[in-house]
Amino acid sequence: MSAPAAQAVKIRIRGLKKAFGRKVVLDGIDLDVGVGESLVVIGGSGTGKSVLIKCVLGILQPDSGSVQVDGEEVVEIDADGRERINDKFGMLFQGSALFDSLPVWENVAFGLLARKKVTRAQGREIALAKLAQVGLGPEVGQLSPSELSGGMQKRVALARAIAADPEIIFFDEPTTGLDPIMADVINDLIVKITREVGATALSITHDMASSRKIAHRIAMLYNGRIIWNGPPAAIDNSGNPFVDQFVHGRAEGPIKMAVRA
Amino acid sequence: MNFLQPIGHVVLDFFATTGRLTLFAIDGVTHCFRPPFYGRMIVRQMVEIGYFSLPVVGLTAIFTGMVLALQSYTGFARFSAEAAIANVVVVAVTRELGPVLAGLMVAGRVGAAMAAEIGTMRVTEQIDALTTLSTNPMKYLVAPRLIAGVAMLPILVLIADIIGVLGGFLVASYKLGFNPTNYLQSTWNFMEVEDVVSGLVKAAVFGFIVTLMGCYHGYTSRGGAQGVGAATTNAVVTASILILCFDYILTEMFFAGK
Repeated sequence: MSAPAAQAVKIRIRGLKKAFGRKVVLDGIDLDVGVGESLVVIGGSGTGKSVLIKCVLGILQPDSGSVQVDGEEVVEIDADGRERINDKFGMLFQGSALFDSLPVWENVAFGLLARKKVTRAQGREIALAKLAQVGLGPEVGQLSPSELSGGMQKRVALARAIAADPEIIFFDEPTTGLDPIMADVINDLIVKITREVGATALSITHDMASSRKIAHRIAMLYNGRIIWNGPPAAIDNSGNPFVDQFVHGRAEGPIKMAVRA
Repeated sequence: MNFLQPIGHVVLDFFATTGRLTLFAIDGVTHCFRPPFYGRMIVRQMVEIGYFSLPVVGLTAIFTGMVLALQSYTGFARFSAEAAIANVVVVAVTRELGPVLAGLMVAGRVGAAMAAEIGTMRVTEQIDALTTLSTNPMKYLVAPRLIAGVAMLPILVLIADIIGVLGGFLVASYKLGFNPTNYLQSTWNFMEVEDVVSGLVKAAVFGFIVTLMGCYHGYTSRGGAQGVGAATTNAVVTASILILCFDYILTEMFFAGK
């Protein structure tokens, strides 16, 4: 995918730090995501990719640093401001995180109903339209999430993430746990939908095939810092031994995996 | 002095948990009074806590009333004081056994289910998902349960009172040979409004304790299936102990000096 021409900054992250006890997870992250851009952050398991997203979403409170959305500082923002900022966000969770007490359509329409912008009947109509957008028929709307396969749950979660037409969509390991074909289907959907919605996308993954497909730009997270970033085409000749090792999935190299925790 | 270290640990841990729980409770209660209100969730929890607990609370109550009549008969017969059975049954059930046993049964049934449900939502990121969908999880998950607990437990206990007294009546009149009319008459005479009301106030407090413990332990659970299991156990155990503690405290407040 080629990057869009306009490069106004949608999310600006500066010096973001987060530690759990003595374990430093994020050690000064600097990252910009442009308007309409799809940025993928890659990195090994346990390198703090999820923590990064959760700090931006306000689910975790960073120790220091700044996160700006549309030029507005959101780290120390109050509850009302956070709610207003989160209205711009859509999030696809790794395990889909569908509410299993509600039928599929109510899951998709949840954010709309919560904001009281629509009646239940309207919410249902929108939900079915969003389900169609991710390739699911209206009969799925009545089912309970537990009746769906993993791939279908991912699609429903994607429909839920885009239901309120967010300006920014976060994807947390969108292809983890799916077979390669279904993973590619989800990748295609992500590309198609972010383009249709015109949204900015920030994804985290360790799936190289997925990141090549959905990214305008890839950034690699290692040891709590962004050590490389550039277009997907450049990643094979990054000249960075850490990136090289990760891209080719080699056990030997500068990155030492902690085999024992 | 190393042996003092674990003691200090336990003490610090206790105060830290008490503090966290208090903050959680204050947060939860404030959300009960601030819009938006999730009427659908409140009704759903009321049905879950009130209606579906009826069978287990009713069975507990009827057997308790029956046993009370039987036990007090064998005891009082030695002093030829059988006439006091109706009094014993109605006072014991309305003041103590109705609220405490209903509270404990609901702690086992509802508190455990709440901790398991909210705990699973926590570990599967559903609570994080609520936040990203412009919904405050304290308001959506915790407040409706607290409201439903405080509202439904008194109603459950009122029903338990009636069934418990009925249990005593059945045993007294069909097994112990009391005159049914006389028994009912003396039950009515001995029944004090204050006894019943104090029992209902206790019930409301127990309803708060059970739902608060279920929500708190579920909400703070960590680490997959094992964490959810631990949360469920803790919810039931802490709720049961707190019910017994507060039962004493409330009894002292109501009846001390009388």
